[in-house]
Amino acid sequence: MPKTPLDGALVLIAAWGVIGLAGLLRPHSVRFVGRVLFPLSALCGLALAVVAARGVAAPAGHALLVVGLPDLPIHLRCDALACLFLLVLGAATAGISLFAGGYFRQGHGAAPGLLCLQYHMFLASMGCVLLADDAYAFMVAWESMALSSYFLVTTQHRLAEIRRAGFLYLLIAHLGAIAILLSFGVLQGGSWRFTFDSMRAAHLSAPWATVAFMLALLGFGAKAGLVPLHVWLPEAHPAAPSPVSALMSGVMLKTAVYGMLRVSFDLLGSPPWWWGLIALGAGLGSAFYGVIFSAVQTDMKRLLAWSSIENLGIIFAGLGLSIVFSGFRMGALAALALIAALYHCLNHAFMKSLLFLGTGAVLHATGERNLGRLGGLMRRMPWVAWLTLIGALAIAGLPPLNGFVSEWLLLQAFLFAGDVPRAFVDMLLPVGAAIVALCTALAGYAMVKFYGVIFLGQPREPALAEAEDAGLLERAGLVWLAAGCVALGVLPVQVIGMLDTVSRALLGTTLAAPAAHWWLLAPAAARGASYGPLVFLLVAALVIVLTLLAVRLLYHRRVRRAPPWDCGYVRLDARMQDSAEGFGQPIRHIFQPFFLIRRELPSAFDRLPRYHMEVGDRIWRYAYEPVGQLVRRVADLVAVLQQGRISTYLMYSFVTLLVLLGVVL
Amino acid sequence: MNNVPVLLQLVNACAAGLLLLSFAMLSQRRIVTLVYLLATQGALLCLATLLLAWRTHQPHLYISAGLTLGLKVIFLPWLLHRLIRRLDVYWDSEPLINASVTMLLGLLIVVFAFGLAQPIAALSSTAARSTIGIAIAVILLAFMMMITRRKAMSQVVGFLSMENGLFFGAMSATYGMPMVVELGVALDVLVAMLVLGVFFFQIREQFDSLDLHHLESLKEKH
Amino acid sequence: MSTLHLATQALEIGAAIGTAPLFVGWVNQCRAWLQNRRAPSLLLPYRGIRKLFHKDAVLAERASALFRVTPYMVFGAMVLVAAIIPSMGTRLPLTIAADSIALVGLLATARMFMSLAAMDIGTAFGTLGARREMMVGFLAEPALLMVIFVAALISQTTSLAAIAEHLSSQRLALYPSLAFTAVAFTLVLLAENARIPVDNPATHLELTMIHEAMLLEYSARHLALLEWAAALKLFNYACIGIALFVPWGVATGSQGPAGLLVSVPALALKLAAAGAGLALIETVSAKLRVFRAPELMATAFLFAVLGLLVHLLLGA
Repeated sequence: MPKTPLDGALVLIAAWGVIGLAGLLRPHSVRFVGRVLFPLSALCGLALAVVAARGVAAPAGHALLVVGLPDLPIHLRCDALACLFLLVLGAATAGISLFAGGYFRQGHGAAPGLLCLQYHMFLASMGCVLLADDAYAFMVAWESMALSSYFLVTTQHRLAEIRRAGFLYLLIAHLGAIAILLSFGVLQGGSWRFTFDSMRAAHLSAPWATVAFMLALLGFGAKAGLVPLHVWLPEAHPAAPSPVSALMSGVMLKTAVYGMLRVSFDLLGSPPWWWGLIALGAGLGSAFYGVIFSAVQTDMKRLLAWSSIENLGIIFAGLGLSIVFSGFRMGALAALALIAALYHCLNHAFMKSLLFLGTGAVLHATGERNLGRLGGLMRRMPWVAWLTLIGALAIAGLPPLNGFVSEWLLLQAFLFAGDVPRAFVDMLLPVGAAIVALCTALAGYAMVKFYGVIFLGQPREPALAEAEDAGLLERAGLVWLAAGCVALGVLPVQVIGMLDTVSRALLGTTLAAPAAHWWLLAPAAARGASYGPLVFLLVAALVIVLTLLAVRLLYHRRVRRAPPWDCGYVRLDARMQDSAEGFGQPIRHIFQPFFLIRRELPSAFDRLPRYHMEVGDRIWRYAYEPVGQLVRRVADLVAVLQQGRISTYLMYSFVTLLVLLGVVL
Repeated sequence: MNNVPVLLQLVNACAAGLLLLSFAMLSQRRIVTLVYLLATQGALLCLATLLLAWRTHQPHLYISAGLTLGLKVIFLPWLLHRLIRRLDVYWDSEPLINASVTMLLGLLIVVFAFGLAQPIAALSSTAARSTIGIAIAVILLAFMMMITRRKAMSQVVGFLSMENGLFFGAMSATYGMPMVVELGVALDVLVAMLVLGVFFFQIREQFDSLDLHHLESLKEKH
Repeated sequence: MSTLHLATQALEIGAAIGTAPLFVGWVNQCRAWLQNRRAPSLLLPYRGIRKLFHKDAVLAERASALFRVTPYMVFGAMVLVAAIIPSMGTRLPLTIAADSIALVGLLATARMFMSLAAMDIGTAFGTLGARREMMVGFLAEPALLMVIFVAALISQTTSLAAIAEHLSSQRLALYPSLAFTAVAFTLVLLAENARIPVDNPATHLELTMIHEAMLLEYSARHLALLEWAAALKLFNYACIGIALFVPWGVATGSQGPAGLLVSVPALALKLAAAGAGLALIETVSAKLRVFRAPELMATAFLFAVLGLLVHLLLGA
C-alpha cells in the first residue's frame, strides 16, 4: 500500500501504462478492450481522484526516479497544486473512460487495442506533466502528451480534413512547446540546473522575469487555446473521437493552466501586477471571442470547442486577476480570484467532458455532427438528453449547478477590487466584470442553441427516428460526470476548503473568511455576500413541488394530446424550425465586425434556391494565412536549389566542405 | 458621498448628465434631436457653471455662464435649426460604424479618459476636480462622433459638443479660462458657425446634398 | 432568525404571489386611461388565470417531459426571486442563501427553460420566440447584473437585502451613478417583461412578438402558471427597482413589527407609482423593430457600465 500521495499517484499512472499495453494483447477484441480495460482505467481514475483529494492537504512529497539518461534523474514532486490537477485528471477520467468503454467500436479506423494504448499513454503523460519537478521531465511528458493526443486526433486519418486538423494541432503544440522550453531556459537564471527547485532559488532580474513570464504565457496559452493561438482547437477537438475530445478539452487544456500557475506563482515567486493585467486581457479577449464564435457554429463539436476557448479564457482571467491582486498585496482577494479560477477548472472538466460525451453518444446514434441534420433526439435518447441538459445548464452558469459557483466567485473578486491603487486598473476591472457577465449570458445563448437544436423540436432527418439511446457503460460515464456537476454546484464549501489549501500553498494567503457553515458560501463574510446553494435548491424544489401539488389537488390533471398549432398552414414540417444558422443569426448580426462571413443568397428566379453561409475566423484569414503564404514563398525560393540531379547535391556538399575548411584553417 | 456638500453633488450630477448627453448624441441619428441634445448639454453646462460660481464666489464664472446660455443654448441651436429647415436635412444616413460597436468604443474611451484624469485630478485643487475625467470623456466622445458621421451637419454638432467639453474641463480644472481667452473662444465658435453656415449652402449648391463623401472626390487624381 | 423574520418572509412570498396579477391589472388599467379607453376590471388577470386553470390541458403530440415541467420551473424560479427581494423587510431568512448575483442567475434559469420549452415542439413560431428571447436576454442579463453591481459597490455587498438596508439608511444624497443605472434598469425591465418598445404584450402579430411566441403551444393550467409567472416577473422587477432606487420605508432590522406597518403601505404606494410610470412609458413610446432591440439593450448595458465608471470616478 503506497504511503504518500506521490507514491499512490505514481502507482496509478503506471497502472494506466500497463492497461494501455494490455490493449495490445488482443488488439482487435472490442469486448476485451471495451468491457475490461476501459472500466479498469476508470477505476484507476477514481482511485487517483481519491488519492489526490486526500493529498491536497498533505505536505509536498519528493521523489527521484533514476531512469532515462545517465546523470539526468527524473525529479518528481507532488504538492497541493499538483494534487488538485491530479484530482481533475482522475475524476474526469473516471467518467470518460467508463463512457469510452462503451464507445469505441469496430470500424473506427485504428484497432481498439491500439487506441487503448494511445489513450492511456495520453492519460499517463498528463499525470507525469503534473508530477514533474524538473524541466526535462516536464518537457518529455508535455511532448508525449502532445504526441499521443495527436495520434488520437488523427484516428480517422484517412480523411484529409482530419489529417489537416492533426497537423495544425501538432504545429501549434510545438510552437507552444518551444516557447515553454525557452521560458525554462530563462528561468534557470544562469545556474544551468533545470530542476524546479533551482529555478525557485534563482533570482531573475525584472526584465528577464518578464521575458520568462511572457514566454510561458505564449507557450501555455497556445495549449489552452487563448486567442490568437486558438486556431488548432476548433479543428482538433471535433476531429478526435468524442471521449478523446472530452479528455483534451476537459483535462489537457487544464495542464496549460497548471503550467501557468506553476511558472507564475511557484517558479517566478511574486509576479508584478501588470503581468496579471496582460493575462486578464488575454483571458477576457479569448472568452469573448470564443463565446461569440461558439454561438454561430453549425457543427456540434466545433461549438463545444469554441466554448472551451471561452471557458479557458475565463480561467485565465481569474488567474490574471489573482496576479493583479497579489501584485498589489491584496492577499484575500488574490486568493478569491485564484480559487474562482481553480474552481472553474474543476467545473469545466466535468461539464465540458459531459457535453462532449453527450455529442459522442449522439454521433454514434445518428452519424451526424451537423446541427442542421439533428433534432428531436430527446424522445429517442432520453438518458443522454437529460444528462446533457445538466451539462448545458451548468456551463451556462445557472444556479444551483457548478458553473454558477465559479462565476459567482469570480464576480465577487472583480466587484470588491475597488481599492486597487492604480487609476487605470480600478477603471478597467469593472469593465472586466461586465465582459465576464456578457460572456456567461452569451454562453447561455450558445447552450440553448446547442441543446435545443440537437435534442428538442422535430427530427430534421427521417433517419433520426431510428436513433438509439446510449448503452449501459456510456450512461454510467455520463451519470458520473453529471453527478459531479451537481455535487460541485451544491456543496461548494467543501471544495473551496480544499482550494483554499492550494491557495495557501501557492500564494501564502487564504480567503478572508473561512466558511461559516458547511452549507453557506461566504468567502468574504465582512462584505455580507453569501450563497447557500443547498438551501437554494431545497427551497426551489419545495416551491415547485408545492405548486405541482396545489395545481393537482385544487384543479385536475386532465391532458389531451393534439397536433401542434400550425397557424392554418397544413404543410408545416421539420424544416421550418430554426436551423443552427438561423438560431445564430442575431449573434452574427450584432457582432458582425468580428466574423468573416461568406454568404451565397439565391436569386429570386432560382428554381432550386440554395442558401449557403460560412462563418470564418478573421484571425485565421489575416494572421495565419499570410504567414503560411510567406513560408510557401520562401520555400519556393529555396526550391531553386533543388535540381534533382545527384551530382548537383554532391557539389553543394563539396562547396560547403571547401568553405568550411577555408574558414577553419 | 454623504459628506460632499449639496452644491457639489449637483455639479457632479450635471457632469454625469453631460456624459449621458454625449452618449445620447453618439447614438442619435435624427439631426433635429441632435441639436436639441446639444442645447440641453449647453444648458447643463450653464447650470454647472452657475453652481460653481455660487460656491466659489467667482464673478467671472457668472459672465461665462451667461455667455454659455446666450451662445450655446439659444443662439447656436436656433441658427442650426434654421439651417436644417433651409437645407432640409433631418436625418443623417447610417453611421459608418454600427451603433452598438460605436457605443462600446465610446465606453473604452470613457475608461481611458477617466484613467487619464485621475492623476490630473490629484494635482488640481478645485472643488469640482473629480469631474475632469468626464470633461475629457465628453471631448473625446464628441471627436468620435465627428469621425463616425457622414453628414456635415452632425459633424458641426460634434464640434460644438467638443467645445462644451473643453469649456467644462477648463472650469473643473481651474475654474475656467481667463476671461479674454473665453471671450475669444466664444467669438471663434460664433464666426466658425457663421462661416460653416455659408459653407453648407455652397456644398449643397455644388453637390445637391450635404453628404460628405462627395468631398472625397476633391482629392488629387492619380 | 426570529419568528418575525420568518413571518416577513412568508408575508412577502404570499403578497408577491397574491398581488402580482393585481399589479398587471393596475398597469393595464393605467394604460387604458392614458389611451382614452375604458379600463378593464382590476381583477381581470385573476379571472383569466382562474379560467385557464379550469380548462383541460391540450398538449402537442410531440411534447416531451421538459415541456410539461417548464411551467412549474419558471413559476418556482419567480417565487424564489420574490422571496429574496427585500420589498417589505430586509431581514429575510432566505437572502443569505441567495444574493443578487444568484437572483440574476435565477432569472436566467427561468429564461433558459422557457426558451428550451419553446423549442421543444419544433414549430417555426416556438423557435423564433426562443431565439428572440435569448437575443434580448443575453444583453439584458449582464445589464441587470451591472445595474446591481453599482448598488453593490456603493453599499459594499452583493446581498440585495443589505444593499436596500444600506441605501435606505443613508442620508438623502444625489448619486449620479444610480441615475445612470436607473435608466439602464428601466430599459432592462421593459425588455425582459415583454413591454412595448421591445415586445407588445397585447399582440399576436408574428413579426413583432417574442414572449407570446414562446407560449403559443401552452394551454390551460400550464399557460395559467406561465401567465402568473410573467406577472410575478413584472412584480419582481418592480420590486428590484424599488429596492435599489427608492428603498426608503422598507422595514430594516431593528424596527420590529412596527416596521412592517410602514413598509407595506409604502410598498403599495411605490408599486402603484411604478405601474403608472410603466404605463406612461409604454403609451408614449413606439414599438421598435426587432433588430433595434439589441441596440436598446446594448444601450442599457452601456449605461449600467457607465454608471459603474461614474461611481468610481466621482465616488458616488
